[in-house]
Amino acid sequence: MEHVCFCPLSRFAICGGTHGNEMSGVYMVREMQKQKVDQMGSVSITSILSNPPAVDACRRYMGTDLNRCFTDALLSGATTDDTPYELRRARELNAQLGPKGSPEAVDLLCDIHNTTANMGLCLIFYSFDWIALHIYKYIQSKMTSAPVRAICLNEPSSEAYSLESIGKHGISIEVGPQPTGVVRADIFNMAKEAVDLSLEWLHTFNSGSTFEGGEVEAYTPVRSVDYPRDPTTGEITAAIHPQLQDNDFNILRPGDPVFQFFSGETVKHEGEDLYPLFVNECAYYEKKVAFQLTKKITVTLPSVGVKKD
Amino acid sequence: MEVDEVVRLPRLSRVAVCGGTHGNELSGVYLVRELLKGRKQVMEEEERPPSVLTVLANPRAVQQCRRYIDTDLNRCFTHAALKGPSSGPVPYETTRSRELNAALGPKGSPGAVELVCDLHNTTANMGLCLIAYSDCDWICLHIFRHLQRKMPDVPMRYIHFDVSNKESYSLDSVGKHGFAMEIGPQPHGVVRSDVYAAMKAGVQHMLDWVCFFNSGSTFEGEYVDVFTMIKHIDYPRDGETRNITAAIHPQLQDRDFCLLHPEDPLFQTFSGETLRYKGSEALYPFFINECAYYEKGIALSLARKRRVMVPAIRVQTEREEEEEEEEE
Repeated sequence: MEHVCFCPLSRFAICGGTHGNEMSGVYMVREMQKQKVDQMGSVSITSILSNPPAVDACRRYMGTDLNRCFTDALLSGATTDDTPYELRRARELNAQLGPKGSPEAVDLLCDIHNTTANMGLCLIFYSFDWIALHIYKYIQSKMTSAPVRAICLNEPSSEAYSLESIGKHGISIEVGPQPTGVVRADIFNMAKEAVDLSLEWLHTFNSGSTFEGGEVEAYTPVRSVDYPRDPTTGEITAAIHPQLQDNDFNILRPGDPVFQFFSGETVKHEGEDLYPLFVNECAYYEKKVAFQLTKKITVTLPSVGVKKD
Repeated sequence: MEVDEVVRLPRLSRVAVCGGTHGNELSGVYLVRELLKGRKQVMEEEERPPSVLTVLANPRAVQQCRRYIDTDLNRCFTHAALKGPSSGPVPYETTRSRELNAALGPKGSPGAVELVCDLHNTTANMGLCLIAYSDCDWICLHIFRHLQRKMPDVPMRYIHFDVSNKESYSLDSVGKHGFAMEIGPQPHGVVRSDVYAAMKAGVQHMLDWVCFFNSGSTFEGEYVDVFTMIKHIDYPRDGETRNITAAIHPQLQDRDFCLLHPEDPLFQTFSGETLRYKGSEALYPFFINECAYYEKGIALSLARKRRVMVPAIRVQTEREEEEEEEEE
């Protein structure tokens, strides 16, 4: 594969509190603002609390999920009195850190999230972004405190709905398991390490180093599975089965148990071998997702380096 | 009191099992729903003593999957709060606590249910805990020992909050006897199968015990380790914003009921510094990093452990009941 060159990546934005009750990002951004962190070598750093009212209320969102507001269509709509708070805020963030798709957008946007699922450290990004994939490769080689995995989403840029899609390159850093509203030191430290390593990578990249190509494993979504529900009330009637609970990224085969009804019976997985993740994520009950199923892929990365004049 | 003296206690004719007192503590919500479903099916069957009332304590909070709507329901049951003014705007939970007091109490009266078991979850790694206001309520202590024997794979502790009946504030204080059954760790808004199963088994064994007790079994005296709450420790906070500036230290996180010694690590600041426990006495920590306690200014609670001698008990016979009533 041919070597790929990119312009220097000198503007870095880190966002926390996009969901107001996912606390690692909230406290990381607060700490960076307290320490007035705005530069690291060649990289200028902007730290932003994405959804301040939700952070104050310690809720995921006030009106609507901020992290679903960044499609081209939603960003370009007109703001009226009836526009929900998060949609207004998304347009503000787009103006500040973007605009999405334009040359003014920040070079790399990292958005910090937590999950109640046992997913360790996950880097989530759209399509085969070589920069994001190289940062993932770098973090995976350096981090020993937790398993590091990558999830590649399939949406084209116009349909990309999450905050990090505003940047020229974007990574959602998802760390778990952590209950909503709680900050665990071990999880905070993992998220911090990932951010520090990303900054290190950017600085090394800007200084002219070449990052060698290679192969990495990643996961891409296939489908999601909802809980069994009561047809009248819509209430869930089963919980994630004990053999699936906490077993994100462990292959699920036909016949493996997935749910246990409150009355005791088991529901089994049907269909192909797939990898489950976001198993028992709190915020997904209302989105009708008990877990997501993915397939594992191998991505071949080219070597990358900064464009030299 | 002689060791072989058997204490006679009145029958436990009514037991209330309450879930969803905090609307996002889901094991109790789903267990109560399941029990209510089951009861519809057994209505034609002969009613086994005791009669069991199953209650979803805070339905509006359950519907929104929030701890509470206006104010924490589980702090609304002091005598003062229950009697308070009823004119003007009243928080939803205050109204609800008075409804529950009318249905299960009134607190402190002969009409109150005999036993209240209030189901809770915590984000702390506490296993199964029975939390009660008394360290000499022999009913609660015998139920605890029964659960310990029947569920040997579940870590189990008895926690005592030394609060007078006048000041007791939680739903379980409405019954003549009562305790909270607290199980963790479980994130709020999530139901885990293992935690649900432990709660279901705990409630079933408790109800079985009440049946055995009512039918005249004697429960032998024995020793129980009781953890009595001594104090709370808050997070370090920023002077201006009151935001917390540190998290529970990784060496303390998840170590509920492991003895905390002076100078042991307590917190880790977000800039990486370790803060240490400065108390002079080694104590047992619990409710370590409970989500709902950040706003109450509690990072962890600390307890002393002591051994309590629980006497043998059995139910009063009808004649003994009559004799007691004549005396009164």
